[in-house]
Amino acid sequence: MAGLDDLYKEIIMDHYRNPRNRGELEPPACKAEGFNPMCGDEIVLYVDISDDGIITDIATAGQGCSISQSSASMMSAAVKGKSVDEARELTNKFKAMMGIGDASEDDTEDDAEAIAAAKAAESAGDAGAIAGAAEKPDLSMGDLSALKGVVKFPVRIKCAVLSWNTLLEAFELLVPEEPTTPS
Amino acid sequence: MPLDAAAIKADFPMLARQINGKPLVYLDSGATSQKPNAVIEAMDNYYRNAYASVNRGAYTIAAEATDLLENARAAVARFIGAPKTHEIIFTKNATEAMNLFVQSWGRANLEEGDVVVITEMEHHANIVPWQMLRNERNIEIRWIPITETGELDLSELDLLLDGAKVVSVTAMSNVLGTLNPIRRIADAAHAAGAIMMTDGSQFVPHLPTDVVEMGVDAMIFTGHKMLGPTGVGVLWGTTELLEAMPPFLGGGDMILQVTKEGFTTNELPHKFEAGTPNIAEIIGLGAAVEYLEAIGMENVREHEVSLTAYAMRTLKERFGDDITVHGPAEPASRGGVFSIEYKDVHPHDLSQVLDQANVCVRAGHHCAKPLMQVMGVNATARASVHIYNDEADIDALADALESADNIFGF
Repeated sequence: MAGLDDLYKEIIMDHYRNPRNRGELEPPACKAEGFNPMCGDEIVLYVDISDDGIITDIATAGQGCSISQSSASMMSAAVKGKSVDEARELTNKFKAMMGIGDASEDDTEDDAEAIAAAKAAESAGDAGAIAGAAEKPDLSMGDLSALKGVVKFPVRIKCAVLSWNTLLEAFELLVPEEPTTPS
Repeated sequence: MPLDAAAIKADFPMLARQINGKPLVYLDSGATSQKPNAVIEAMDNYYRNAYASVNRGAYTIAAEATDLLENARAAVARFIGAPKTHEIIFTKNATEAMNLFVQSWGRANLEEGDVVVITEMEHHANIVPWQMLRNERNIEIRWIPITETGELDLSELDLLLDGAKVVSVTAMSNVLGTLNPIRRIADAAHAAGAIMMTDGSQFVPHLPTDVVEMGVDAMIFTGHKMLGPTGVGVLWGTTELLEAMPPFLGGGDMILQVTKEGFTTNELPHKFEAGTPNIAEIIGLGAAVEYLEAIGMENVREHEVSLTAYAMRTLKERFGDDITVHGPAEPASRGGVFSIEYKDVHPHDLSQVLDQANVCVRAGHHCAKPLMQVMGVNATARASVHIYNDEADIDALADALESADNIFGF
């Protein structure tokens, strides 16, 4: 049986108690809202993106459980300063770690590779291996690996990915994704 | 007569289940109740020994199946004090029953500007169907507010009812446990020229119910919260009301005659039961009703008042100001539904921690988001009881709450 120690790791509780990038940004920052209709969690994201596609600032608001809020905090820290493309890639890696593959988010093959890599890393039981599986060193999972234990609590996966899906929605509002041709 | 909770527990096979060597502490009957052997066996018997479709076919087992279904209808009618058995309309669940009512009665009777009165403590099933009709007809929805103690604020009732065509109020809140003064509201509604609908989904499974005494014109409720199976709900309405309502779903069983030119509707209750019904589930609900009748609903209520008093007292004694139980404090004014706030632990996290001790509670908005907004919360953790719960279950809940402190560092 999965113990709560797998879920409520110290670093998660730290992000929950001391959320990073908490607050609001003024327009022209993009605002996106995400809801988890099952449990009532909500996340409000504010994202500033420069002309050359770099996330220059990000802020999170809303309320929810420790998993949704800590994931939002970690996500904000992880994507700040990254390009939109890098953030999308990180999102796919994170969702793959959560056992979710969404082919529509990115190139199908890359996505499948990310999932396979994350699954291999998971079965190896080594959080570091997930970081190693990243194609680019600067997209390592870092603190995010602490959320790996959520996979053992399937009901909570939606909590963990809420802020990431909201980030993708913010990108849609700001930078319409280029149509991808099916491979 | 006090209930023998241990003997009752033994009737429910799910409650014998252990997880990780520890017993199940099932405190989510507000969401759905567990099933006694009598219900499971009645459905099993139908499938094994009397399986045929109903309302057609002259052969023996078809007649037996029809009898089983109609006996269940009679049992349900008796259980809620319905004057006529044909006033019981079986649906898929309470939500479908409400949609049937709103789509049929509402579309036949409500025009632009007409007023529907509901309350701030309604389940989405008594909100969204009206909003859907509003989108189409531009009707007005008025909300009876709630007080700080989670009771209806009826101080402006006459004003709210002015011009109303229908009033639809839950008999018992699924979040606060509040028992509402349905008779008083129904009388006021009638005086204002409106009809009165009540949502009995939380009430009927736990308290003696008499629709005539309640003074209502219609009521919805569901089988699976009253020890019956999923897949069966009920709309009850007075014969006069139901006969004046147009059909909702069209198809088999609901017609008397069909020609290329048109159709005529069947009589009650078949007019509203198009297609093959959930026969096994209806039979199961009949068995649930008989099981509850054998115990006696007065005894069920007495047991739950006593358990509610114990729960309120225990939680207060052990956690003092660290815990908030929403809704009325007086056990006689409420049902056994406890929406809890514990320190600053999020309900979702709380429910996860309780699960470690096999304590099953619901975390979320309980399909009552407008109420959550009024309460100023996003979610609550809700424990709720039925006849098979006892004081040991409440103690297990309290023990498990204490263990949250270890994780959340108080």
